[in-house]
Amino acid sequence: MTPMIEMRGITKRFGKVVANENVDFIVNKGEILSVLGENGSGKTTLMNMLAGIYYPDEGQILIDGKEVVIKSPKDAFELGIGMIHQHFKLVDVLTAAENIILGLPGKMRLDMKKITADIRALTEKYGFEIELDKKIYEMSVSQKQTVEIVKMLYRGANILILDEPTAVLTPQETDKLFAVLRNMRDQGHSIIIITHKLHEVLALSDRVAVLRKGMSIGTVETTTATEMSLTEMMVGEKVVLDIERPEPENQELRLKMTGVTCVNREGVKVLKDASFECYSGEILGIAGIAGSGQRELLESVAGLQAITEGSILYKPKTRDWVELTHHTPEEIREFGVRLSFVPEDRLGMGLVANMGTTDNMMLRTYRDGIGGLLHRKKPQEMSERIIKELGIVTPGPDAPVGRMSGGNVQKVLVGREIASRPRVLMVAYPVRGLDINSSYTIYRLLNEQKKRGAAVICVGEDLDVLLALCDRIMVLGGGRITGIVDGRTATKEEIGLLMTKSDMDEKEAADHE
Amino acid sequence: MSNPKVREPLMHIVKRDSMPLWKSILVRLIAVLLALVVCGGVIVLMTSMIPGKEPLNPLKVYAGIWDGALGTSRRTWVTLREAAILLCVALAVLPAFRMRFWNIGAEGQVLMGALGTAAVMIYGKGLPPWLLYTLMAVCGILLGAVWGIIPSLFKAKWNTNETLFTLMMNYVATQVVTFCVIFWENPKGSSKVGSLDKAVWLPNIFDNKYLLTIVVVLAIAIIMYFYMRYTKQGYEIAVVGESENTARYSGINVSRVIIRTMALSGAIAGVAGFLLAGDMGHTISTGLSGGRGFTAITVAWLGKLNPFTMILVAFFLVFMERGSKQIATDFNLSESASEILTGIILFFILGCEFFINYRVEFRSRKHAEEVVKA
Repeated sequence: MTPMIEMRGITKRFGKVVANENVDFIVNKGEILSVLGENGSGKTTLMNMLAGIYYPDEGQILIDGKEVVIKSPKDAFELGIGMIHQHFKLVDVLTAAENIILGLPGKMRLDMKKITADIRALTEKYGFEIELDKKIYEMSVSQKQTVEIVKMLYRGANILILDEPTAVLTPQETDKLFAVLRNMRDQGHSIIIITHKLHEVLALSDRVAVLRKGMSIGTVETTTATEMSLTEMMVGEKVVLDIERPEPENQELRLKMTGVTCVNREGVKVLKDASFECYSGEILGIAGIAGSGQRELLESVAGLQAITEGSILYKPKTRDWVELTHHTPEEIREFGVRLSFVPEDRLGMGLVANMGTTDNMMLRTYRDGIGGLLHRKKPQEMSERIIKELGIVTPGPDAPVGRMSGGNVQKVLVGREIASRPRVLMVAYPVRGLDINSSYTIYRLLNEQKKRGAAVICVGEDLDVLLALCDRIMVLGGGRITGIVDGRTATKEEIGLLMTKSDMDEKEAADHE
Repeated sequence: MSNPKVREPLMHIVKRDSMPLWKSILVRLIAVLLALVVCGGVIVLMTSMIPGKEPLNPLKVYAGIWDGALGTSRRTWVTLREAAILLCVALAVLPAFRMRFWNIGAEGQVLMGALGTAAVMIYGKGLPPWLLYTLMAVCGILLGAVWGIIPSLFKAKWNTNETLFTLMMNYVATQVVTFCVIFWENPKGSSKVGSLDKAVWLPNIFDNKYLLTIVVVLAIAIIMYFYMRYTKQGYEIAVVGESENTARYSGINVSRVIIRTMALSGAIAGVAGFLLAGDMGHTISTGLSGGRGFTAITVAWLGKLNPFTMILVAFFLVFMERGSKQIATDFNLSESASEILTGIILFFILGCEFFINYRVEFRSRKHAEEVVKA
């Protein structure tokens, strides 16, 4: 049987960096293939060459046994290849149906009725749930993703590439997506999913292609693979996949939030009546679908988000309560509150991309020292120490952090934030985009802080990780705290239900009115 | 299996990692040489179209430009001083640009600075020199700073668009100066403030009437380099410019930094105004700044916001401008001819940045052969 796609000896370089080296890659008709690899292993680059975003330096691509040249996304479309990127490419103010036909040739007059019927037939065939008249901005992330997939199918794509499709979904939504993908496979489509979540690979795909450092390590049948064997292929060595969880000791109340409500620029309430307490010596996890108020929750504690109602109090070890409500980060620092924050947007908020490690170390401490001059000596020593201790790969302490890989960027940021020996440490998506070894370094650092008695608040997206790491898990749904569960006893399903709870409650409440 | 339609594109572009310094300098030199060759071609082509005239020898034109800018000791001094004053305005916009605050109002800030200085020159006649000079400087700097602060206040308070605001402030400044010029006009009815009394001119240093401006501006250049790199305020400016979110996160009061930096930006523009009115023009008029506020933007960006590189750029632009006047008279060319030459040279200098950052890869012969065999 001729394979659907064959890539032969593909090489792609970016300057000195070799993203893909002599990669051979085969996709058969009617199969789901996972492309597995750590960050920076070249999965996305390889797929981007199929989608026409990059052009390979060397090698051939064959579709249905014929050699082709894919110079642009348009060429890819014509060959029936559709890629769904991590960031959706949809127009917010248009409806789902309008987005689906956007950019397609057509007559002067649009026959929306016929188009809608066509799309409806397509969605029924594969079992998509989609409201075609709904505007994109009213949709959840999962619904937007559905629109993207239908858009590709409507354009006649029979090879679908999905880049980390489950990163933004709840466990329930993930199951739904998988069901649809299996349906499509059974109808003869070829599906490639890029991922680094092992259990998803095992649950969904027929075969797994593993990349490591830009080279193809091999392709295996999923039935013969285990999490351990795949990790070994991916990392190149045996890795212990257990996350440590020491028992909390000497717990003291450290942070107390009562009835906090935040409003965003459009006047929508993004955090509603949030109340919780956080203790020293524990890791409090925060779970929720992306954009459920996690960012606002952390930023309001850090003094970066204006709050309309409620109060935030901090209890120092020896002194009385300190009010953090309505204070700027500068003032909070002046109160002597040792609060560290690793924000979600590392290069856009936590660090300055164009500055070196040393200058980034100074962000928190540059005001120290007498007079108007900068004192670079201490930050210099600190950056050298952190580079050494955390094994950061960089040409030197003055090389811009924006040029480093994601894992190294995060180590710089976390390293700086824990250097001030915080009493409260807040981290948002600390391992997003990090490879397995870097992720475990971060988990180790968080546990160290917990053991020294810091109150650690950790917003995460991978529920398996939260369940293994955290002592308690607080779940956010639509800006509301929908529950706090014990990390040692809770299940994924339980948390998944809490994640979607608030929406349903509100709908019900609205129905009653 | 081979498909005759399959053809690799002729070339594609690849990003470079980094280039050794000597190589990047070499690339820039080649760019300048190529630019001169192209300029030569353009000169021959343009002048051969004039009926009944021999086409000009490009080398002679280049010699003419050199002669015009640096031909005599007086010309050299004038060129240096002109470069200095242009540099001064560019140094004024530098901190604002580093902060990503698009201050295109340097023209107005310079004019207001000049106005402040001129007012002291007109009303302060007879004051002891040290007091007169101090007042001239203080008033010029203050008015320039005020003109810089106004848009920054609005930006910090209501997030107004600083590009439009600073641009509009230029027109307001022109009108204010027009009003004052009519008010102070001398002789009556001329609508001009003629050359002011020699007693209120800034003094010469080392018996050289060009040196004062040059020395002051070079001092500012060194101070700015130091300020941006080694002070807490300079660090804050860089952080705010890179990312306001990061600045807020690290506890920097963004509004305060914006206002303070624009005060500095306006103040340095005020210094330029002070020098223009007190040392170079000895008068006040709406044309005193002469578009330097806009050329300065080119200088700042071409110099990559580095004060020392900006010195070279300012010198080059003034060199070409002064040379152009010479060739206009020598060869009966229009002054625009030199603007074309400046344009061509800048095009090549800017264009070569592409080759410093990227590499063009052509279809490899090896691969082409493989395809043929298949």
